[in-house]
Amino acid sequence: MLDTIKEPPIAEEFTSSKLSYMDAIVLAQKEEMLRDERVVLIGEDISIYGGTDLVKSFDENRVRNMPISENSFTGMAIGAAMTGLRPIVDLTIASFTYLAADQIINQASKLRYMTGGQIQVPIVFRAGMYYKIGNAAQHSDRPYPFFMSAPGLKIIVPSTPADMKGLLKSAVRDDDPVMIFEDCNLWAKKEEVSTDPDYLIPIGCADIKRVGSDVTIISIGACLPMVLAAAETLQKQGISAEVVDPRTLVPLDKEVLIRSVAKTGCLVIVDNAHRTNSAASEIAAVIAEEAFESLRKPIQRVTTADVHIPFSPVLEKIVYPTAADVIGAVNKIQ
Amino acid sequence: MSLKKPDHLEMYRRMQRIRVFEEAVKTLPVEGHLSIGQEGAIVGACMALRDDDYITGTHRSHGHPIGKGATLAPLMAELLGKVTGICRGRGGSMHLADFSVGVVGESAIVGGGIPLATGAGFSAQVRGTDQVSLCFFGDGASNQGTFGESMNLAAVWNLPVIFFCENNGYAISTSIAKSHGQPDIAKRADGYGIPGVIVDGQDALAVYQATNEAVIRARNGDGPTLIEAKTYRFEEHCDNLNILIPYRSQEEIDHHVKNRDPLLIYQTALLAMQEVSQKDLEAIKLEVEIEVREAVSFAQESAFPDPADIYQNMYSTPIHYPA
Repeated sequence: MLDTIKEPPIAEEFTSSKLSYMDAIVLAQKEEMLRDERVVLIGEDISIYGGTDLVKSFDENRVRNMPISENSFTGMAIGAAMTGLRPIVDLTIASFTYLAADQIINQASKLRYMTGGQIQVPIVFRAGMYYKIGNAAQHSDRPYPFFMSAPGLKIIVPSTPADMKGLLKSAVRDDDPVMIFEDCNLWAKKEEVSTDPDYLIPIGCADIKRVGSDVTIISIGACLPMVLAAAETLQKQGISAEVVDPRTLVPLDKEVLIRSVAKTGCLVIVDNAHRTNSAASEIAAVIAEEAFESLRKPIQRVTTADVHIPFSPVLEKIVYPTAADVIGAVNKIQ
Repeated sequence: MSLKKPDHLEMYRRMQRIRVFEEAVKTLPVEGHLSIGQEGAIVGACMALRDDDYITGTHRSHGHPIGKGATLAPLMAELLGKVTGICRGRGGSMHLADFSVGVVGESAIVGGGIPLATGAGFSAQVRGTDQVSLCFFGDGASNQGTFGESMNLAAVWNLPVIFFCENNGYAISTSIAKSHGQPDIAKRADGYGIPGVIVDGQDALAVYQATNEAVIRARNGDGPTLIEAKTYRFEEHCDNLNILIPYRSQEEIDHHVKNRDPLLIYQTALLAMQEVSQKDLEAIKLEVEIEVREAVSFAQESAFPDPADIYQNMYSTPIHYPA
């Protein structure tokens, strides 16, 4: 049998080191695999997509390169999760989650409930969102809103290297299926990240990325750097924007979002997903239902248009939300 | 392993349990996909497994846990949607998964359980145990992508998995002839480089022997096997389902019920081998009748789930949930 859960080093002073978002993805997995032998990594071409260090560090028993059978290797990992492992499934490109959606939704999300709690499904599904890079519509999806509609899943969209490390590690230690949507536009972003192998960010906790008083801007995933830049421009106009990152979309940290809207009275939600049924739509509905009396002006959504992602760079660059769109939306309600 | 007298009695008992359980279901106001006619395939396969081995099953889910040794009362209570049901009334007839006997899911998405069983075998391999995993699925599921994909995964990684097809000839109303390019599903194993075996699914002993060989192979680290058990469902796809098109003839059904009943075939074989006596079998029949009657009473007398508990088991660690 496997030795599980190794004790972390004791009495060591943890500092921080400058890590990129991609470094954080690799380090979080490596630390969790060193900590717990039940953690295995499954995916296609793992060594190419950031996993070289993991392939070198662990044997083939723990890191398995898969044939192109997304639905079945995802289901295989779910079966393994029900029988003693804690798999991480790298689905490579988020558009491929549709191929695996049957097993993710019909099995992973439902089995704990459908079996009356006889089993748990501790599994992480990683999905990389590769867009703004000329991949055209079949490789450029940001599909987290689809999965928000499937109860039983937890949905994470980290926007910084530190959040990525802390949330991915929490996902691996969680006893429920967790989908983590990574954003390739953030890969190179660097910041100081704790070296503590037990550095965890709880699932379900939003983070205020910038304190402000005139308007709340809820920023989802990789919109953050652009939204923070927009907030600086707004400051020069004399508008103080509070930027809140939900970090987790299911379960949603309503308290922090509502508290910020109660303070500012105005809300703009920025989301790279398509407009209809976006995460922004769900958050707008929650605020309208639960904090309507706090709002001085209508909620504004800044999202990707309901159009497929075109290949031509001239067309692609105009479909996603920009800082100018955010500033425009804020000015509309100030 | 060759079967001894207690094994034969246990095999007969489990087959009889499925038959009598299903006959009782017919009298209850529930919808069910009955396993009558397929007891030899199910129990013959399960008897080749250890208690700690895994199985997955299908929407026709009553037989598999019984074949693996489950207690009847929680299964019957589940059919009536009671809180004492094996799935607390959240699963119902197509999902009688009893994890305590190694049932890792009964999937009503046709073909959905095949990757899960492959994963249970993968888990055993990674954990370094000698457990095996057996996947029940039907002829209909063999046309799903998960079937080919999972056999390939198991072959690539030499996983301890037995792909066990209960070929009862019909996917609801669609016959093998109208849905398969050639009728022998086991032949598809060749395409994945694994052994494929055809066995008479009405002959529990033959099924046991074929499965036992596959289990030995899997336990020894020699990889997966595809077994196709040719069987027959005596009842309609689902009781209460009135299919108007005549997709199979009454003569065909009568022939199987009269000449191909797995319980009669096994009973005849046992008595001919002089392994057990008629008296032994009669005693088991009586015990099973009582067991099923008690299961029905237990189910009927049990309470329904409390609506206040509807969110129970959605998540292990609810945070701000439900809304």
